[in-house]
Amino acid sequence: MNKPLRATDLQPDDDGPLYTAQKKIFPQSVSGSFRRTKWILMAVCLGIYYFLPFVRWNRGLGAPDQAVLIDLANNRFYFFAIELWPQEIYYFTGLLIVAAIVLFLMNALGGRVWCGYLCPQTVWTDLFYAVERFVEGDRRERMRKAGEGFKMQRAAELALKHSIWLMIAWWTGGAWVLYFADAPTLIKELVTFDAPMVAYIWIGILTFTTYTLAGFMREQVCVYMCPWPRIQAALTDEWALNVTYKYDRGEKRSSLKKAAQLRAIGEPVGDCVDCNQCVAVCPTGIDIRNGPQLDCIQCGLCIDACDNVMKKIGRPTRLIGYDNDINIHRRMEGKPEVFKPVRARTVIYSLIIVAIGGAMVYKLANRSLLDVNVLHDRNPVAVRLSDGSVRNGYTIRFLNKRGFDRVVAVDVEGPPNAMIHIVGADSITPARPMIILGRDTTTELRVLVDANDDVPQSVPVTFHVTDIGLGEVASTKDVFVTP
Amino acid sequence: MADHAHHGEIDKVTGTATTGHEWDGIQELNTPLPRWWIWTFYATIIWSIGYFIVYPAWPLMNGYTRGLFGYSSRAELDVDLAKLNQVRGEKMQALATASLEEIEKNPALLALARAKGKVVFGDNCAPCHGSGAAGGKGFPNLNDDDWLWGGSLEQIEKTIKYGARSGNDEGHMGNMLAFGKDGTLSKDQIVQVANFVRSLSGQSTRPGVDLAAGKQIFAENCVACHGEDAKGNPELGAPNLTDKIWLYGGDEATIIETITNGRGGVMPAWIGRLDPTTIKAMAVYVHSLGGGK
Repeated sequence: MNKPLRATDLQPDDDGPLYTAQKKIFPQSVSGSFRRTKWILMAVCLGIYYFLPFVRWNRGLGAPDQAVLIDLANNRFYFFAIELWPQEIYYFTGLLIVAAIVLFLMNALGGRVWCGYLCPQTVWTDLFYAVERFVEGDRRERMRKAGEGFKMQRAAELALKHSIWLMIAWWTGGAWVLYFADAPTLIKELVTFDAPMVAYIWIGILTFTTYTLAGFMREQVCVYMCPWPRIQAALTDEWALNVTYKYDRGEKRSSLKKAAQLRAIGEPVGDCVDCNQCVAVCPTGIDIRNGPQLDCIQCGLCIDACDNVMKKIGRPTRLIGYDNDINIHRRMEGKPEVFKPVRARTVIYSLIIVAIGGAMVYKLANRSLLDVNVLHDRNPVAVRLSDGSVRNGYTIRFLNKRGFDRVVAVDVEGPPNAMIHIVGADSITPARPMIILGRDTTTELRVLVDANDDVPQSVPVTFHVTDIGLGEVASTKDVFVTP
Repeated sequence: MADHAHHGEIDKVTGTATTGHEWDGIQELNTPLPRWWIWTFYATIIWSIGYFIVYPAWPLMNGYTRGLFGYSSRAELDVDLAKLNQVRGEKMQALATASLEEIEKNPALLALARAKGKVVFGDNCAPCHGSGAAGGKGFPNLNDDDWLWGGSLEQIEKTIKYGARSGNDEGHMGNMLAFGKDGTLSKDQIVQVANFVRSLSGQSTRPGVDLAAGKQIFAENCVACHGEDAKGNPELGAPNLTDKIWLYGGDEATIIETITNGRGGVMPAWIGRLDPTTIKAMAVYVHSLGGGK
């Protein structure tokens, strides 16, 4: 009898473990252009997030005056001048598609720009690190304190740090719920404990997730929870600029002193002095000199750190910088560097963005504020009347997206000598009933259409709804059936 | 769970310990259920004991154990229904107090009455009139403009409330007499009057039939209910014979059958079975189906 094969015989386990326990990272503070960019983007992103609900937008009497409001109770979404109804949810679909393609485009041009500068996980973790640094001190201090035993002062520091973290997290959750109700009113209600339970629950959830994800899980989210690193690895190409250690320039590494000696005798020597500053500042705790890797969020802080060192030792900056493998190889072969932002990939992405974005803007600009939907009766489909004529019943839904009541006339076109009657409505003229549509609402009415018997089995019928005051017209088609 | 592993020996083929049990040279391998499974099983037993104590569980001779919490799904339903009625109360009150015309003129009340009427119609009226109220032979189509007992809101409400030939004192009365069975008319006369009736609505007549005789018979026997002009009489439920709508059928054979044996379809009275507000909603719903009269 043959010995059965075990799984380990077939799959040698040499990829390392799928998950390694989190090792504590103590990123060092750094200054430079990328750090400055990150501060500015953080201020912009958080500023928008925290304060946008307070921006007002005048929509007239009776309508909410909050610039951005997701009014779930009334099924309306307000975004500045735009007001969307539930059936216009495809704008969000379009927005999501555009957002995805923008992400692809950023990836094709500059790698994980999103991860490094804009992702909420990055922004909040960065903010939490800033708090930690402010309270506990920089890298060395924090490392020393982490190794120490318990002291009163240490306890006070930790208490302060977690309090600030929790306050930020709580404000994050608080800002979130403000998007779903009138912000000033909700704040008043929250303070007096009159707010709906769901608001408190969401503040609780977001406080918890912000505190946990930005305070404790940090780079673990990027490495293990987020799908984007894995997706972007499949989307990238060799031309995309990534934060890269230019090993053609950096290797061989040697100490500053040794490098000077070797240079003096004309030996080849790299610029990297192995100072490990790039590792010390990295928020995910990696060594960029090991090449592109999943854990790298490409925030550029190692570029700042390396540049500072290069300036000090009098070597050219950007030993670490935005570059790609193609250029490294070209330089090694003595060819000039090339950068190709315009490639098939970026052009196609841009075209898709322009196409979908343009279609959305066009649709939004020509958005109908008067709409009509029709549903033909199914049971019975058609009815014979006493004089031999035929009646069809329809359920018609009128949508008035304007902020005021309006009078509309309903006309029917198609079957010969068609007469229209709306249940519950006074007909001004028998063939043209008029109804009042309430502002910003839908109105569903039963509409009966009578026509001569001499129509074929089924003819198209069109309902025209005309705003008497503004002249806006909406139409919808159905069929008129003879029994 | 007894662990027999130490009693048994190791099975050479599988390398698993045996329980030591052997039948006809066949040994039982000791592969017990996983411990977590066993403990989960025990936990469910303990849980069920607690459940028996807390909730109603054991049937007794004259009832059942009530449980510590006194829980009852029926009581819970009552609470839910009370809550529902409270929520609906205001709107239903408005429906109860408004007149039929007011309901039809008020879009919110009309929508409410139509929604309520549709459900109640499905439960009570659909067996005869069909789910879409299209009716059938002997059961009027409620979507058209022909109304035996009148098509105004009030007339429809009255018909629903008291019915027709329902035995209710307020209900509609009036039967189509059985002229043939009673011996009032001969077979020939019935054929003559049937063909005359068909001519009233412009239908073809059998060649050779004396329509003038039919007209004479009609004038003597039928005008009392159906009227001089044969347009019918909603007071008696006598149908209009000049239109294109036939409750039992407008072909010659069916008309002959109707004249011979008479007709007397029954619409039950719903007062007492449905509350007045529900009947009101029903009347508005039925009126809106075909626009009433």
